[in-house]
Parts: sequence; C-alpha cells; structure tokens
Amino acid sequence: MNIARLLPLVVVVPLLGAAVLAVGGRRLPRIASDVVSVAFAATSAALALVALAGGAHGAPYVIDWVGGWRPGPGGEGVGIVLAGDPMSLGLTAFTSLLVVAVLVYSWRYFEEPPRRRSGSFPALILLFQAGMCGFCLTGDLFNSFVFFELMGVVAYALTGFRVEERRPLQGAMAFGLVNSLGGYAMLLGIALLYARTGELGLAQIGRQLDGRSPDAVVLAAFVLVSAGLLVKAAAVPFHFWLPDAHAVAPTPVCMLLSGVMVELGVFGVTRLYWTVFAGPGGVPHEAATRTLVTVGVLTALVGAVMSWRQRHLKRLLAFSTVAHVGLFLIGVGVLSPEGTAGTAIYVLAHGGVKAALFACTGILLDRYASVDEKELHGRARELPLTGALYMLGGLALCGMPPFGTSLGKAVAEESAGHTGHWLTAVFVVVSAVTGGAVLRAGLRVFAGTGPRTYDDDAPGGARVPGDEGPETGTRLRRIPVTMLTVPAVLLAAALAAGLVPQWAAGAGSAAHLFAAHDIYASAVLDGQTAPAAGAAPAHWNTAGVLLGLLSTALGAGLAVLGARRPRGAVTERLLAPLRRLQSGHVGDYVAWAVAGLALLALLAAPGTLTSP
Amino acid sequence: MTRRGRLLLFLIAATVTTVLLVGAFVELPDFGTNFHPYGDRAVHAALEHRTANAVASVNFDQRALDTLVEETILFAAVLGAVVLLRQVTGERRRPPRPARVSPAIRRLGVLLLPVALLVGLYVVAHGQLTPGGGFQGGVVVATALHLLYVAADYRALERIRPLGPYEVGDVVGEAAYVVTGLAAMLGGSTFLANVLPWGTLGTLTSGGTVVVLNAAVGMEVACGVVVLLATFLDQVVEIDEESDGARPGTGESR
Amino acid sequence: MTLLPYLVAGWIFLVGLYGLVTSRNLIHAVGCLAVTQSSTYVLLLAIGYRDGGTAPVFADIPTDARVVDPVVQALTLTDVVVGATVTALLLALVIQLHKRHGTVDPDELSELKG
Repeated sequence: MNIARLLPLVVVVPLLGAAVLAVGGRRLPRIASDVVSVAFAATSAALALVALAGGAHGAPYVIDWVGGWRPGPGGEGVGIVLAGDPMSLGLTAFTSLLVVAVLVYSWRYFEEPPRRRSGSFPALILLFQAGMCGFCLTGDLFNSFVFFELMGVVAYALTGFRVEERRPLQGAMAFGLVNSLGGYAMLLGIALLYARTGELGLAQIGRQLDGRSPDAVVLAAFVLVSAGLLVKAAAVPFHFWLPDAHAVAPTPVCMLLSGVMVELGVFGVTRLYWTVFAGPGGVPHEAATRTLVTVGVLTALVGAVMSWRQRHLKRLLAFSTVAHVGLFLIGVGVLSPEGTAGTAIYVLAHGGVKAALFACTGILLDRYASVDEKELHGRARELPLTGALYMLGGLALCGMPPFGTSLGKAVAEESAGHTGHWLTAVFVVVSAVTGGAVLRAGLRVFAGTGPRTYDDDAPGGARVPGDEGPETGTRLRRIPVTMLTVPAVLLAAALAAGLVPQWAAGAGSAAHLFAAHDIYASAVLDGQTAPAAGAAPAHWNTAGVLLGLLSTALGAGLAVLGARRPRGAVTERLLAPLRRLQSGHVGDYVAWAVAGLALLALLAAPGTLTSP
Repeated sequence: MTRRGRLLLFLIAATVTTVLLVGAFVELPDFGTNFHPYGDRAVHAALEHRTANAVASVNFDQRALDTLVEETILFAAVLGAVVLLRQVTGERRRPPRPARVSPAIRRLGVLLLPVALLVGLYVVAHGQLTPGGGFQGGVVVATALHLLYVAADYRALERIRPLGPYEVGDVVGEAAYVVTGLAAMLGGSTFLANVLPWGTLGTLTSGGTVVVLNAAVGMEVACGVVVLLATFLDQVVEIDEESDGARPGTGESR
Repeated sequence: MTLLPYLVAGWIFLVGLYGLVTSRNLIHAVGCLAVTQSSTYVLLLAIGYRDGGTAPVFADIPTDARVVDPVVQALTLTDVVVGATVTALLLALVIQLHKRHGTVDPDELSELKG
C-alpha cells in the first residue's frame, strides 16, 4: 500500500487506543491498560517514522487527500489534505516518541487512579497525541484549528487532573480561558482568509493571495491567526497561562506540555507564514521578521529573568520553556532555512532535555512531597543518580556541546546574527541565565550548596508552601527503574541529536523544503516533487562551539554565585514589577492577550499596508 | 494589576484591535457577495454524491476529517469532565431525595418525552436530507431523557439512565466513525472515502457513508451528553462533602 | 449597510473580551468566553451569505437554486460543538474551584503569583 494512505493512521491509531482504554479501562488491571496505551502510542510513532523514512528515498512529501477528494488541475477541491513533509513528519515522530516515554514514565503514577477508571489518564494522553500529530500533519487551516482545540481540551483536563488540590484547578482555568480565546482569534482570522480567498487549504489560500497585493484583510488575518498560535506557544504577552499551568499539572503532563505542545505553536506560526503569507500578496519578509523577532526577544528575556527568580522547581522549568520559546521564535523569525534548521534541532533536543528535567523533578515531588528549592535544600543528596541526570540536563539547557541543544543554538544564532549581531548575544545570555537557574536549583537541592535559609520571604514573593501531594499513591521509598530510565534515555536522545550527522543533515534539507512558499504549494496541489538541491546541512563550527562553551561557563558561574549568595536585594527590587504582572488573575491575562493582539498589529502593519 | 489598570490596558489594546478589525471589514467582499468558490464546489460535490443537505455533505463527506476530530473533542471533553468531577476523598454520595412535582408538569413531561425522543431520532436519521444531523439530533435525544428529571425526580432519571451503557455507547459512537473510515481503506480506497452506494437524491438511504457517519455521531453525542449532564447533576444532587451538608448549592433545588 | 453584519461580529468579540477582563465571577467569565466565541459564528455566517440565497438543502428546492455557502455553515456547526465542550470542561473546573477555594471571584483566587 502507498505510504501516503497510511498517513491518517498516525492520528487514528491513538484515537482507537483511547476508545479501547475508555471501555476496557474499567475492567483491565492497571498494568494491562498501561501496556495497551504504550502499544498504541508506539504504533503511531512507528507509522510516522515509516512515512519519514519513505521521504528519505526521494519523495519528501507524503500527501493524502482524506476521503479521496483530490482537487482538480487548478487546485480547486473540497477536501482536506494531510501533508507530511520531512519537518512535520519529524515533529510528529518526535511527539509520538515523547508520548511513549511519558506513558512509560507514568507507570508508577497515580497509584490510585480514579475509581473504575484506570484507563482514563492514558486515554487522555493518547487523545492528546492524536491532537498534536494531526496539528503537525494537516494542510488545511480550519482543520488545524480543530486539532488545536482538541489539544487544548485534553490539555485543560490533564492540567486539572489532580482535583483534590487547589492550585491545579486554578492553573487549568487560566490555561483554558486564555487558550480558548486564542483559538477564537485564530478562527476569526481563518474566516477573514476564507472571505478573501474562498479557500481553506494552506496551499490554496497561499496561491490565491499570490495574485493580489496585501491589504488590511491580509494584515488582520495574519495578526489574528498568529495570535492564536502564539498563545499556544506562550509568547510574551500571551505567556501568562504557561507557568501557572505547568507548575501544577501532573509531571508526566508537564513533560508533554513543555517538551512539545508549546513548540507546536512555534511550528504552527512558521508553517502558516511560509505556506500562506510568504508570497507577494502576503506579509512582507521584513514585517514578519520584525514581528516574530521582537516578540521572540521579549519572550526570551522575560522568560529568562523570571525563571532565575523561581524557587518552585516546576515553575522554574516552565519559565525556562518560555525563554526557549523566545529563542525559537527568533530562530524561525529571521526567515532563513538555516535559522529554521537550527531551530528544528534545538526544539527536538530541548524537548528531550526539558522532559528529562521535569521527570527528575517528578521524582523529587514523589519522594519529598515538595519541589521547593529552599525546602529541599541538601535533602536530595541521597539521590546521586537523579542529581546527575538533573545537572546534566541543566548543562544541556545552557547549550553545552555536544548536546543537540548546543548544535541547534549554534546554527540558529549564527543565522540570527546575520539579521542583527546583538541577537547572537540574546541567545548566549538567555540560555546561560535559564540554564544557570536550573543548575543553581540543582546545586542547592542535590548538593546542599550555600546557606540553608535565606531571608527572602519578602512580601509579594512567590511563597509556595510545601503542601504538594505526591502524584504516586504514597511517597516513594525506592525510585522505580522506569522513572530513572526515561530521563536518561531522553538525555541520550538530546545528545544524539547533536552528534549524529545524519540528523543535522536531515534538518538542513527539511528546513530547505519547509521554509519555501512555492515548493509547498506545488507539492500539495500539483504533486510535483521539490528539487532537493541547495540544501545546506546544519553542522558544527568553531564559533558555535565556542559560544556554546561560553554560555555553559556563564550559566555554571551564575549557578554557583546564585547558590552561594541567594537573592540580591537590588535585583530583587528591579524585578518586582515584572513579577507582579504574573498575578494569577485571569482578567489580567485576558487584558494582556488583547494587548498582544494590538502589539502584533502594530508590528506587522508597517510594510504590509504600505507596500506597492 | 488594579482593576483600573487592567481596564486601561484593555481599552488601549481594544482600540488598536478595533482599528485592525474595521480596516479589514471595509475591504472584505460585500455582504451577500456572489463570490463563494468553495461553496459552489461544495454544492456541486454534494449533489454528485446524492446528498440533499449540502451542509451534511461538507461535514460528513467532503470534510469528514473535521467532524471526526470534532467528535473526538466531545469524546475528550466527556472523559475529561468525568475525571474532573469524580468523587474525591472526603466526599460521599447520598441517595437523591424524592421530589414532589405538580401533576400538570408530570403529565406534560410524560407526554413530551416520547415525542422529543422521536424528534431527536428523526433529526439524526434525516441528517443527509434536511437540516439537522447527528449532532443536533443527538442533543435532542439526550435532553429528551432529562425531561424525566423535570417531570418526576432524579431517582426516576437514574433508573432509565444506568451510566455504564451510555459510557460504552459514547465510545462505540466514536469508534464506529473511525472504523467506517478504516473500512474504506481496507476496501482499497482512502481513509473516510465515501465508498457506499450513493443512492437517489432525496431518499433516506442516499448519501453513502454520510448516513453511517451521521448515525455514529448521533449515538456518540446522545450518549456523551447524557454522561456529561450526569456528571454535573451528580455534583449537585448526590455528591456531598463529608464534613456537613451546610454547603450552599447542594440538595435538590426544586 | 453592507458592513453591518461584519461590524456586529467585531462588536461581539470585543464586548466578550471586555466582560472577561472585568469579570468578578468565573461562571460569568465562562459565559463571556462563549460570547466571544459567538462572534466567530456571526462572522462565518455573514461571510457565507449570498444575496437572495436560501438554505443549501436540496430536499425540496431545485438543484440549481440560488443557495448560501454551505461550507461556512458546516464550519459553524463544528465551532458550536467545540464551544459547548470547552464550556462544559471549564464549568467543571469552576465547580471544583468553588469546592476547594469557597469562591469563584478571580480577585480572590491568586495563589499562583510571581
């Protein structure tokens, strides 16, 4: 059978798995439902890998018109297309593999699952997987909105999973409100594009826009749809929901939210821009770069500063994800294939590293019923293995060669440097600060560095009392082997992303196909295979390695300083206003989201409306 | 932020957004335009597949994948709501109290229930012909059952509504949609292809797989909404906090 | 007044946002979210209108009749279902929030600061 025919199965297999678990979970023993869920998730991952491998043999695009509604010669059709290119297929495969890792990690989680419903947690995870894979693969704008909402609905439920506690509910609520709002903004934008072009497919809309000059409709559509996707990506000022949700969601869910769902927002914006708006009738390159890079820099700086300030480990990691999303946005925002290739490697490696860090934090939570840096001070000395993995993850986050995070950062920052030299500095400083924050917390928790108490219980500070319930039935005495193996494997994968040259070469050619307006349209609508020439593989170079070492050294230095002498009063006062913005109030978050809409409009308008 | 600060931020941002939106609206094709290329093609495709209700053809044939995901969203929401509204430690169930209902309401309810049920099933079955379909009809069926709560009491509702079968029905409806799509693949076509005979325009069996998918969705929606409402009603009627029953909002509201 | 239906959609969107920003009750906020979403229904249906067109259901009209765009109607149906499910989930969260915190006023729910 043709590989393209199998493409829908990537999405459908986890759906079937969820159905099986929803019925069978009532009767199956826990272990059986765990095995079933892993089997379905892994099958989907295997299918995505098969499609990806098929692409390696000369046919990079895997196109399936669902229901056989292939359009006529002019691209005029009525159906939905699933379009897998190396980039989206790679991301799909990565998503599915991460889901498998998460399912294995959570074997010991929730020892008392909801009564009669031991299958409900893995079933929700599988639905989440289906939503994320579908979002990657679809080539239809409205269809991507529907998958966007599926991801959202499942994620809200998973975030609030531990209803016994107070905070998860609040985090899920902020998450749900802000993300739904983003979805509706996206839909308004889709409606505008439909009115303008009379099409819903990405390739078709792009073609229709090519024939005319940009106007206010195109601008508004770009702003609205991008805003929806940037809410998912947690870009400033749409980011407030993320720390609230990630700090409280069950750890396995955090691994998915931070590791891949947020990054899908970045992927969505990039895919949208290149397929729809990159032509002559869309948003000019300068305007798009100005928008994405400005938002990216803001996001990176806010995320880095806020993550440095956190004591709650999961919240720290959440802000670190915000910081990295900022770097990703810069990487794709410079609109070069190299920047995109670097970002792709960065995203994959970061996903592995961040999931591993959350996994280590989950072990702490289940053993000590707390993830507070101060409370855990020195207590985790008895967990050398967990500590080693955690510190390794922190170093990888700083950008230490030869981790994939370092390679991705090097390639992306070199490309961004062509747009502005200072952008390279942003990459170095932000990865050093956020990696340094992780290392500092690690030094204090796993090595007991620095004074045991510190006098920062200042008013307005984030005082998170240590009343977190462990997510396993009881506090862990012995760390289950799966809970240690999963982060180790994830870190190894992040290392491999930097060391295996085929990956870097693949990312290079994938980005070449991805960051191209016409290639996509002719592949989807005319069935023409793109020329593979001109793709520059991403590779290590001296400057990249040196900058990676520099940011690692900076991060380590900051960590040691921070652990020894916690909290300078001056920085504290300087940062207080920024912290106050993160108020936990949904009204504030919505107001900021509207401000984000306005910001995007102001950034994207010059050049779009005035071009000839 | 203070309330005033929040409002100020919103008003400034909303002004910019208003300019953005109005600017776009001015340049949109006029309201009532004849420019509907996709719509024209969709009507053509619907008639080709002998589906009189073009909206149903778009939903269950041309863009059937959208509807699969949409159905899945409902499925996920039901699963999620059941998980979120589960009975947690420290809460107990108490049997619902019988409620007194005036005879007039009781008669009306008993009269309306079968009518509403029939209307719901009709709407599902005629989805390919007339406005309506699985989603709309499914909701009518589910609400019809809840007339019993209005006309009698919660105990009566619980008797005709053992949740187990409805939960299974929810899953079966979801799975049936997927399996129909896969069956087309096994037959050598693509996923969700309309492989059944299309029939004659305007008859109950026209539209090919549209009929099957409509029924699957109808089943999922009816069962899903019943389960969804049950989880909410349980919160109000049955689940109580251990400490005392003095919490406002519990107890039968009638 | 060919602009009016579009302006109505824009107005509903903004008014829903205003409600969300100023809300003192999460149930009210969830309602405002539904209002915001209604703007998408209005905009989609307005875009799909064709002067003098009737419903695209050919059970009792000739197949060459002038009809409005069926695609936006299908999209709206999908959108309605999405809205209903999101509302249900959020309300479930509000119920549990009320049980744990004893309030649904966002001003009093601020455990997640900094």
